[in-house]
Amino acid sequence: MNSNNGYTVHARSKKRSFFYRAKGDSPFKRILIHLVLVLACVIAIYPVLRILSVSLRPGDRLLSTSLAIIPQDASLGNYREVLFDKNFFLWLWNSLIITITTAVIGVILASTSAYAFSRWRFPGRGPGLVFLLTTQMIPAAMLMIPIYILAARLHLINTYKGLIFAYSVSSIPFSIWILKGYYDTIPVELDEAAMIDGVSKLASFYRIILPLSTPAMAIVFLFNFMTAWNDFLLARIMLQRETMYTWTLGLQSLQGQFQTEWGAYSAASILIAIPVMALFLFSSKWLISGLTLGSVKG
Amino acid sequence: MHSLNLVIIRNSLGQVGFTVIVIVLASAAIEAVLYVALKVILKNKYALPVMLLAPAAVGLIMLVVYPVFYEFKIAFSNMSLRHFKNPSYGLGRGWDNLKLIFTQPVLKQVMFFPLLLRTILWTAIQISFHVSLGLGLAILLNRPMKLRGLYRTILIIPWAIPQVIAALTWRGEFQYQYGFINIMLRDIGLAAIQWKSDPFWNFVAMNITNIWLGVPFMMIILLGGLQSISSEYYEAAEIDGASGWDRFKSITLPMLSPVMAPAVILGTIWTFNNFNIPFFINENELETSDILVTALFRAAFQYNRYGFAAAFAFVIFLVLFIFAVLYMRATGGLKGVYEK
Repeated sequence: MNSNNGYTVHARSKKRSFFYRAKGDSPFKRILIHLVLVLACVIAIYPVLRILSVSLRPGDRLLSTSLAIIPQDASLGNYREVLFDKNFFLWLWNSLIITITTAVIGVILASTSAYAFSRWRFPGRGPGLVFLLTTQMIPAAMLMIPIYILAARLHLINTYKGLIFAYSVSSIPFSIWILKGYYDTIPVELDEAAMIDGVSKLASFYRIILPLSTPAMAIVFLFNFMTAWNDFLLARIMLQRETMYTWTLGLQSLQGQFQTEWGAYSAASILIAIPVMALFLFSSKWLISGLTLGSVKG
Repeated sequence: MHSLNLVIIRNSLGQVGFTVIVIVLASAAIEAVLYVALKVILKNKYALPVMLLAPAAVGLIMLVVYPVFYEFKIAFSNMSLRHFKNPSYGLGRGWDNLKLIFTQPVLKQVMFFPLLLRTILWTAIQISFHVSLGLGLAILLNRPMKLRGLYRTILIIPWAIPQVIAALTWRGEFQYQYGFINIMLRDIGLAAIQWKSDPFWNFVAMNITNIWLGVPFMMIILLGGLQSISSEYYEAAEIDGASGWDRFKSITLPMLSPVMAPAVILGTIWTFNNFNIPFFINENELETSDILVTALFRAAFQYNRYGFAAAFAFVIFLVLFIFAVLYMRATGGLKGVYEK
């Protein structure tokens, strides 16, 4: 915030502030508030910095009681090991191909259903929406038992098919809620105006609703993407062959029960976490507005 | 060692392409049948919405509804690793499974009710820390000040980092000799803690990890809620001479509740069903650190008692369902569904 427009921003945000008398705060109180926030930030970021620190340590000093963030003899040896001696690219490829396919399918299925929920008052609509909410209460571990048995019977273990199908469907209820909330904010008059011009109800969906709801579609795509990308449980059950591992299974395999490959694990974590975190922080404003929209309306 | 090569890429693209084609063809077939049945023959006015809903509905039926019914059937069987192909079904089997849950250890030692109590304790601890710390930070961040955007960005990092990485990293940091917490404890002259083998400290470790992970979500949601409260209320309260605490109690909290109620119920369900944190932090497989869902997972996939685990799953779902219904009765959280 530069000093030029700093004043206006400052004045405006003060009006909405919780402590309306903020200007009357003593310097002591202000310093205290900054101290609390700095402490919270340190707690939030320190474990992440530790991964970075371990990933930069040379191979013979992985186990160390040093707390320095950047080790004195920092090296990129662990990164070289992960990239060239481990199945890192294979894990990424498996995760990427599964995740992108499911996110696309999930968005398409959810967007048409959400349109039906938003624009028609068909019998069974209320119970349908409640059903979607109820599915969110089912513990994932509960569904794993029948899904594992059915997948084993249908020979879907160790295939992309099983996972793609399961992931695309599993985030549909949440996606429908978010998209329906967004469609509800688009005035019905827009549909009707289009229909007077002789456009069918279906055409008004893809000519009017879809273009107007791109932000919500982006949110839902990201949600689907993140859910599938970060999933461990289902992948753990469905994929047993190492060539099929997604990155979550791969990372876990580096942190074995008895012997942890700390260097490789940390380097791989950094390589995966940085893009995901960047994407998340970059899109956090939309993600959060979508979340509150979905949850508050629910 | 299997590096990524052209054969693997071609094979996986082929599989994925095939899957997509199957899904598209299946949807097209469903739509065609519905079109003929509803639109052409019955001339139903809801033909279009039904067609729009059909693919997602079929998917949900195959992935959620049918598996739940199938699981209900398994709950009335003795299915296990030994009886995987040819389990026997019967009402008596179901009754036996149900009886076993409450009379025998669910895993090797831990019984159902201590497990339930621990899960409730875990959820209560988590929600109270998430809400109180999240609300505290949200209030601080809602003030005009320098570096606000920076603080906010750094504070959501625990939420942004993939949960599996966070959990595995924390598990590493609870290592006795090289984890940073024990190093710090030694540096200030305290005794290091056996985070992994001591049941009490392992439970604490689980809680520390999940508090770290869960506060940012609550903070951001509550910050959004705080920003939507009009300052006029505070001005009016100030004229009336209300103290800071009075304003918090009679303006902030009630005005926040429409945002807080759904966030708390979502948070409660997520925490109650949280699998990753108890599963990863509990490396030595202490049964004293299991909560209901991790115990369920282990009963099914470690001890392979599928029939028993299926019955157990329904008991867990029932507990959660009763809680949710009571909560929504109390707060009216479901009102919006029927109104709009």
